[in-house]
Amino acid sequence: MEAVAASYVKDTELRLGLPGSEAPEKPAMRGGKRALPEDDEAAFCKSSPEDASGLRSVGAAPVAKAQVVGWPPIRTYRKNNFQARKAETGADASGLFVKVSMDGAPYLRKIDLKLYQGYKELKEALDSMFKSFSQGESSRKEGCNGSEYAITYEDKDGDLMLVGDVPWEMFTSSCKRLRIMKASEARGLESKQ
Amino acid sequence: MGRVRGGEERADQPPPFSDQVLENVIENVLEFLEYRRDRNAASLVCRSWYRAEAQTRREVFIGNCYAVSPARAITRFRAARALVLKGRPRFADFNLVPPGWGARFSPWVAAMAPAYPWLERVCLKRMTVSDADLALLARSFPSFRDLTLICCDGFGTPGLATIAELCRNLRVLDLIENDVEDEDEQVADWISKFPEATACLESLSFECVNCPVNFAALEALVVRSRSLRRLRVNQHVSIHQLRRLMERAPQLTQLGTGSFHSVPGAAGAPDLDVADLESTYAASKSLVCLSGFRMLEHEYLPAIFPVCANLVSLNLSYAMITAEQLKPVIFQCHNLHTFWVLDTIGDDGLQAVAKSCKNLSELRVFPFDASEDSEGSVSDSGLVAISEGCPKLRSILYFCQRMTNAAVMAMSKNCPDLVVFRLCIMGRCRPDQITGEPMDEGFGAIVMNCKKLTRLAVSGLLTDRVFEYIANHGKSVRTLSVAFAGNTDLSLKYILEGCPNLQKLEIRDSPFGDAGLLSGIHHFYNMRFVWMSACKLSSAGCKEVARSLPHLVVEVIGEWSQDLDTDAVEKLYLYRSLDGPREDAPPFVKIL
Repeated sequence: MEAVAASYVKDTELRLGLPGSEAPEKPAMRGGKRALPEDDEAAFCKSSPEDASGLRSVGAAPVAKAQVVGWPPIRTYRKNNFQARKAETGADASGLFVKVSMDGAPYLRKIDLKLYQGYKELKEALDSMFKSFSQGESSRKEGCNGSEYAITYEDKDGDLMLVGDVPWEMFTSSCKRLRIMKASEARGLESKQ
Repeated sequence: MGRVRGGEERADQPPPFSDQVLENVIENVLEFLEYRRDRNAASLVCRSWYRAEAQTRREVFIGNCYAVSPARAITRFRAARALVLKGRPRFADFNLVPPGWGARFSPWVAAMAPAYPWLERVCLKRMTVSDADLALLARSFPSFRDLTLICCDGFGTPGLATIAELCRNLRVLDLIENDVEDEDEQVADWISKFPEATACLESLSFECVNCPVNFAALEALVVRSRSLRRLRVNQHVSIHQLRRLMERAPQLTQLGTGSFHSVPGAAGAPDLDVADLESTYAASKSLVCLSGFRMLEHEYLPAIFPVCANLVSLNLSYAMITAEQLKPVIFQCHNLHTFWVLDTIGDDGLQAVAKSCKNLSELRVFPFDASEDSEGSVSDSGLVAISEGCPKLRSILYFCQRMTNAAVMAMSKNCPDLVVFRLCIMGRCRPDQITGEPMDEGFGAIVMNCKKLTRLAVSGLLTDRVFEYIANHGKSVRTLSVAFAGNTDLSLKYILEGCPNLQKLEIRDSPFGDAGLLSGIHHFYNMRFVWMSACKLSSAGCKEVARSLPHLVVEVIGEWSQDLDTDAVEKLYLYRSLDGPREDAPPFVKIL
């Protein structure tokens, strides 16, 4: 059990080192790749005549299957209304769009927990979301490695917990908001486990 | 009559007496001009008319809050009583604009507080309004009567409480689809803050305030507001409570019903009998507009029968009903002009609508399951049925999974009065379901046959050809929405060169690059904005645009990783501005 917990913790360690350090390259974020190469265009919108049945052509399968932000164009307001109703019949889904704050950052963000399959993806998303802010910080502190920050969350009961301790499904159904704080502050939480 | 005097500022010497008389006369005449287009035209005639018009403009409409600074607007229009402000681009509704981007109301309210003591009305769309802003608003304008917030965020119940408490003359409080903060610790009982003396409310809409309200206070407020005509409650109001409110306010013309759901076993209250609710509806003889139904219990739907024949507008778009459940209602709604509904009614339900609503002017069909893989309940046959039954249709928003060119062409021929045509085929790049062809011909027919078309949203598999059609025939198009469409820069070139009235262009995930963008340089000053995301733009091209057009603000908005120094431009938002780049841009926005 402890080994599992440890791997969760490692997964959720927010690494804010410079590009090229231990954090894996995230191709989608690298600038040079962003100009759509030809094969992406094929993936976007090619449809061979055989597809007359209306099946979506999946030139590059991962691209077509991936959830696209903001498509179909339905306002969040309306989507949330039905999310809540669909969830009434199933499990309690009180953790969908949650606010994410980072200590010291002037801007709050909101993310949809349903977009992620697990802690690794969540961590990556948060990493990229707040890198812009913290890169300034980490460059000022020389010799620091990646793990200055810890991701915590507030659950349904209002308790502050370290992200990664519980199975993913349990986390998404109980998380009310996320808070990225300095690792030193989070140490108190860690010792509780 | 030579006018040599320069400058519009009143600080200059006042015009000679004869000119002053003329200006006063013009002012009296211009008072009657309502439409801002007329006013804008009048203000261009000469300086005298410019001054006179500025003095008499009561409502100031600013379609892009960053097009002009608060100071400039206030200096020109010194006698304004109403402000309409729009902020974020529409794609912000779909999470394409990162939170914190801007469009804050704070600088506006701060500038207006000293300058507009007689301010009566504010209407904001897609702006960030804080509780502090609302408090300043409430304290600064003693004549304030009308607050309408649409798709805004940043405020919560404490802000509403201040408005309720301090705006003694409040007539209208309309909160529509806002993202209201609901931190549990801070929920304020804002409804009970309306003082006893406030009894002039005409309209109260709070469907988007997602926390329970003090019902006793609400009821008391409704009782003493004899002028109340429009009431839209949130889903925390049960059907029992709704009935009580309706009985207290039989004079209502517009009603948002809240949940339309009973609270099971609520404190020993007996179940509400449908017949009793129906008699309450029968007593509401003025009701012409009905919405809400947020958690509809189907057994209660027949209660609205008595008002159906009078209904001009019906919004069932939060009610998961089938065609069979819809039919008894819709067959009585002969006077319906506006109908919003969920696609759960299917093509069958749309047939029923087509059969009964001969005067239908606006139809919106929303998807219950807003994903690309869902089954889809409405299709091309529903669209054709509507077009055949409702020839007076002027505006349609239709979500579906699959469509055919033939159906769209049929609509273009049967409904020539269309002004707004928005078709969303939810599966990206879906071709014609029967022929496998792109959807070019269908949309082409729309722009060819619907000569009054001003707003168009396209979808499905589309090549450059559809944009050629739009350029050649869509001469009145002002707003164009494009997603996952086109092959090359030609598409963008066509529309930027061919649509002289184009004002709002929003494009996502389409292979358009710098060459296409640059072909619009002659036209960008005539536009309110251009949005392009996930296209093929580079910073070189965007910089070229910025260089050529000094009064254009060209924003490059970063992905969350904020990699703004690369060549590729992920999100571009450009707009004209009289006051240069804004000073409140966050770190993930780079202004070229």
